[in-house]
Amino acid sequence: MTLLSTRGLSKSFAGLQAVRNVDFDLTKGEVRALIGPNGAGKTTLVGMICGRISPSAGTVHFDGRDITALPAHRRIGLGMAYTFQITSVFAGLDVAENVALAARRRLSGDAVAPAVEAALMRVGLADRAEQEAGDLSYGHQRLLEIAMGLVQEPRLLILDEPTQGLAEAEIAAFKTLIRELAGATTILLIEHNMSVVMETADRVSVLNFGELLAEGTPDEIRADADVQAAYLGTG
Amino acid sequence: MSARRKIAVLHIGLLVLLFALQFVLPAYHHGNLARIMVLASYAVGYNILFGYTGLLSLGHALFFAAGMYGMALTVNHLGWTPAPALIAGLVAGLVVSAALGVLALRTAGVAFMIVTLMFAQAGYLTILYFGEWTRGDEGFVIQQAQRMLWGIDLSDPGNRYFAALTLFAVSLMVCLVLVRHPFGRTLVAIRENEERVRMLGYDTFAHKLGAVVISGTISAAAGAFYGLLFGYAGASFASVQYSIFPLLWVLLGGAGTVLGPFIGTLFMFYLIDLSSGVTTAYMLIAGVVLVLLTLFAPQGLVGELRRRVWRWLP
Repeated sequence: MTLLSTRGLSKSFAGLQAVRNVDFDLTKGEVRALIGPNGAGKTTLVGMICGRISPSAGTVHFDGRDITALPAHRRIGLGMAYTFQITSVFAGLDVAENVALAARRRLSGDAVAPAVEAALMRVGLADRAEQEAGDLSYGHQRLLEIAMGLVQEPRLLILDEPTQGLAEAEIAAFKTLIRELAGATTILLIEHNMSVVMETADRVSVLNFGELLAEGTPDEIRADADVQAAYLGTG
Repeated sequence: MSARRKIAVLHIGLLVLLFALQFVLPAYHHGNLARIMVLASYAVGYNILFGYTGLLSLGHALFFAAGMYGMALTVNHLGWTPAPALIAGLVAGLVVSAALGVLALRTAGVAFMIVTLMFAQAGYLTILYFGEWTRGDEGFVIQQAQRMLWGIDLSDPGNRYFAALTLFAVSLMVCLVLVRHPFGRTLVAIRENEERVRMLGYDTFAHKLGAVVISGTISAAAGAFYGLLFGYAGASFASVQYSIFPLLWVLLGGAGTVLGPFIGTLFMFYLIDLSSGVTTAYMLIAGVVLVLLTLFAPQGLVGELRRRVWRWLP
C-alpha cells in the first residue's frame, strides 16, 4: 500500500530547475534510499515532501490525502518526522530536553521521560542525557537528531544524510538500528554512504539533475549503466 | 536538596522577605519598593517574550498603557470601582496584545522590533489625539475616593505596598509555572532554534502569539496597578521610554531568568536614585555602570549568578 506519493513535483529557484517533474511513490513499511550526486535536488525533494519548501508545481499525497497545501507542522502532526542534514539540535538545552521536545507533541506528563530514555538508549546516548547538546561531538549530535526522530514514532521517518560524519562503529550501529525499524516504520533515507544504502534499503531511487533517473533494488541500481555513469563511476 | 526544592525555597523566600521588609523599611524606601515591585511585574511580563521566547519587542509601552488606560478611563468616565476597572485594564491588554501579535508576528528579527515600535508610537499618538478623554501628556489624577478596593484605601502606603506585593507575587508565580510547563519549554526551544521546533510539528506562530498575549497581559496588569496605586494616568507611560525601560531592567537582571527582572528593576531604580543624590549628571554615572555591567556580566546579574554558581536557577 502506498504511504506517500508525489506527482509532477517541481521546484525552480530563480530559473534554476532544482527538481523536475518527479513522480515518487513510497510503499508502507519499506526502507527507501534516495541517492544522487551533490546538487541533484535530494534535499529540495524531501523539503517539498515534509513542507519546508513549497513546490512550484505538482502534488504530494500522504496516506491517501492531498497534503500539498499543508504547512510543515501539520504534516509532522500526520506522522512524518524529519531529521536535518545540517545538525540542528537545540545546542543550549540538555540532551534529554532535546528529545523530550520531540516527544511532548505526542505524549504528556509521566509518559515523556520513559520514551525519552528509550529513544536515547536506542542510539546509545542514554549516559549523556544530562549533557548540554552543544557540548556533544558532531557524531553524537547526529545520533541525537536520530533519537529526536525516533521518539516521535513516526509513520514516515525522513533521514537526511544521517551517517555523515559518523565513525565506522557508529555507522554499523546505525545500520542495525535501521534494520530493527524496518517493517514497522517507513523510512526515506538520503544517503551518500553506499554500504549503508546497499545493506539497509529495500529499494533505491536515484536523482540526477532534479529528475528521477532510476529506481529499483540495490542490486538493480548497482547494475544500472545510467546510474553508474551519473553517480557511481565506471571504475 | 533537589533543584525543585531549592527553586521553591528561593522564590518563596524572596516573597517572604519582601513581605517582612514593609515593617522595617523607612517610609521613603517603603514607597520605592512598592513602585519597584509594580515595575518589576512589568519586567517579568516583558521577560517572557524577550528572555524566554527570544522576541525583542520595542513596543511594550503599548501594553502597559493599555492596562493603565483600560483601568483609568473606566474609573474616570464610567465611574467604575477598582475591581472591575482592573479587569477592564487586563482585558484591554489582552485584546491589544493579541491584535498586535497577529500583525507583528508576520515579521521577525529587526522588522519585528520596528513594527512593535511603530504600533506603540501609534498607540501613544492615539492617546494624545483623544486628549478630551485622556488629557494627553498632562494626564489625570485618580482621586483617593476612586481608589477604594473592597473598602481598602489603595492610596494608603501599607495597603499600596501589599497590593504591589500581591501583583508581583502573582506575576512571579505565573512566570515560574510557565517556564516549567511544556508550553514555556517550547517557547525556550523556539528561542534556541525556531525552524527545528516547527519541524518537530509545533505550530510556532501559535506559540509565539501565546507568548505575546501572556507577556502583554502581565504588562497591562502592571500598568493598571501602577495607575491605581499611584493615582495617575498619563501619556508619558505610553512613550518609547517605557518600552525601553523593561528591556534595560531585563538585560541588567538577566534575560531568561525568573528573578532577573526584579533584580534588574531594583538595581536600576536605586542606581538612578543614589547617583542623582551625588550629582545632577546622574545619567552619566548610571551610564558608566551600565556599560561596565554589559562588559563584565553580559548575561545580567542573575544570569551570571546562574552561569557561575547556581546552575539550577530557572
